[in-house]
Amino acid sequence: MQDDMSWQSLQSELERLAYIASDELAMALHLSMTLGRPLLLEGAAGVGKTEVAKALAQLQSSKLIRLQCYEGLDASTAIYEWNYQRQLLSVRAASDRDLSIDEVEAHIFSDKYLLKRPLLEAITQDDPPVLLIDEVDRADEEFEAYLLELLSDFQISIPEMGTIHATSRPLVVLTSNGTRDLSDALRRRCLYSFVDYPDKSTEMAILRKREPDIDARLATQIVGFVQALRKEDLEKKPGVAEMLDWAAALSGMGVVDITNDPTVMQASLVCLLKTQADKAQIPVEVTQRLAGKLV
Amino acid sequence: MQGFMAHLRTNGLRVGPDEFRHSMKALETIDVLKPDDVRLACKAICASKAETYTQFDDLFDAYWMNGGYEKFNIHKQPDQPGSTPRKSISQEMDDAGSGNGLGDPDEADDETSDESSQQGEGKLTGSRIRNINKVDLREMMTPEALARAEQLAKDLAASMRDRRSRRRRASQQGTALNMRKIMRASIATGGDPIHLFKQRRPERPVNIVALLDVSGSMMVYSRVFLAFLKGLVSAEQRTEAYLFHTSLMQVSDVMRDSDTLRAINRLSLMAQGFGGGTRIGASLDLFNQQYAAKSVNGRSVVIIFSDGFDTDPPELIGKALKRLRKRGCRIIWLNPLKGWKDYAPVAQGMSAALPYLDLFAAANTLDSLAALEPHLVKL
Repeated sequence: MQDDMSWQSLQSELERLAYIASDELAMALHLSMTLGRPLLLEGAAGVGKTEVAKALAQLQSSKLIRLQCYEGLDASTAIYEWNYQRQLLSVRAASDRDLSIDEVEAHIFSDKYLLKRPLLEAITQDDPPVLLIDEVDRADEEFEAYLLELLSDFQISIPEMGTIHATSRPLVVLTSNGTRDLSDALRRRCLYSFVDYPDKSTEMAILRKREPDIDARLATQIVGFVQALRKEDLEKKPGVAEMLDWAAALSGMGVVDITNDPTVMQASLVCLLKTQADKAQIPVEVTQRLAGKLV
Repeated sequence: MQGFMAHLRTNGLRVGPDEFRHSMKALETIDVLKPDDVRLACKAICASKAETYTQFDDLFDAYWMNGGYEKFNIHKQPDQPGSTPRKSISQEMDDAGSGNGLGDPDEADDETSDESSQQGEGKLTGSRIRNINKVDLREMMTPEALARAEQLAKDLAASMRDRRSRRRRASQQGTALNMRKIMRASIATGGDPIHLFKQRRPERPVNIVALLDVSGSMMVYSRVFLAFLKGLVSAEQRTEAYLFHTSLMQVSDVMRDSDTLRAINRLSLMAQGFGGGTRIGASLDLFNQQYAAKSVNGRSVVIIFSDGFDTDPPELIGKALKRLRKRGCRIIWLNPLKGWKDYAPVAQGMSAALPYLDLFAAANTLDSLAALEPHLVKL
């Protein structure tokens, strides 16, 4: 794939891989590729932020390196760690032979004893990979600081070895759910795109791409219902992934019209509503009201 | 382009020379003659937050399509007296404000174009929230206000929670090496420390005990304080909450109800079920006898929400607090009256309590509650 393809062709390429990107997202991806800047994606859960990275990796037929962030994630699990046990054995072995301290030191602090974690791995590849830093808002601020060095200069400093420069620049995609506000320093180093719930036609296109066998009428009903459901006052609004699950469930059960059987319909909502409160919020009557509006 | 960047900056976006450089570079890679492409490109580079992301399209149109950003300056003061047809947001603001007998709420700005009303939204909501912060809590009943009180309590609880300990405990997540354990394990490997064990300072969370006065005189504040209490309780599993009036009852479990409004309504009902006057002294005494042994220790902070009007003799409060203090806890008294002008703790109960308090503070607005944070952290 060339870097100089236009953003429209990028968009259609992604569509071929069953990822429907909005104009804004396609442009952001295009720029992030041409400018070599990381891309920060924000948006509610289940709108396909992580999928972007997967689709990109597929598109470029490059490796996808994923770092899932969590609270308490530290440098040794994200960047690198020395293989201490191996170093120790090697020191033991070296003590029998006659080697100077410098030689031993140079030996045990070499590449061989370095355990590469996702971030270091991503910048030492021969071909540029896609680096997905997922849910970066869940990691603590300390970790954000490590990221800054990587994202601006694509280098990592290891005290014992010096600075490691990127052999190839990875395409970095960061995603965030807004658990906490990210620092301005991090935001400034990234391009930004807000991924919203898709509109009706986009969602329809996604459904047709992912579930090509589904009946056109049922597909319209599914998308219409999910769109209406998102307007209700819910704790967790159903995302695209939930919609696809639901569609698969309905077609798997052989449903052809969602208004036919209220009990089946209600039971199948387990795919969309993920908390007790939301379930209570959408009783049979509401389901029927929402479904009734669909033509 | 430079003008556009300046325009974005005046409208509150954070764009610097870096963004400028990158957008110029980006423009080289796309078809500059298509305004839509340029808009998308600039959007990806210059907008860096969800709010500015939604604003961006209008800012872009205002600059390139109309050429007038004077007209579009959304960061003008929005509180000129307005003469506009009501927009939904200002309507809502009125409901929140004057419905409760407030003075002038901030008016919507007087721009009439559609864009500006969309744009103004963020700013107006902002001013309304600021308003809420200063409103006396008696006048706050809206769900948003209660939600904010709850959030505030959660933040406070979180800031109080961590206390450093001098000791260290074994923990694989730790940062320091646990030498004792390493040496012991190294015996099995012939003296070579093959396995490294770590240790760290353990978290010693502060244990909050909240006592809320729900007597008649405090009734007007009780809903907001209940929301606040709920925030405290849900932030930390071991926080305990009690209501008192003429008697004392533990409500921690009710407070953990996941549905805020339902819990508050349930509690309001329970609170109304209490009898006539306030008996702070007797209630505190009861707390000492029944609950304190279990829930109060040297790492506790006892927070009392009360106006200090007591029907019992004032010595009782002093005595009860003195006894409570012996457990080594810290005691905070939040009094809504203290925020009033010219307040002096003349209520006898209050003056009897003062010598035993670590902190005596106002709690009549959300701002005053928020201002507690630095004090609470120090305790």
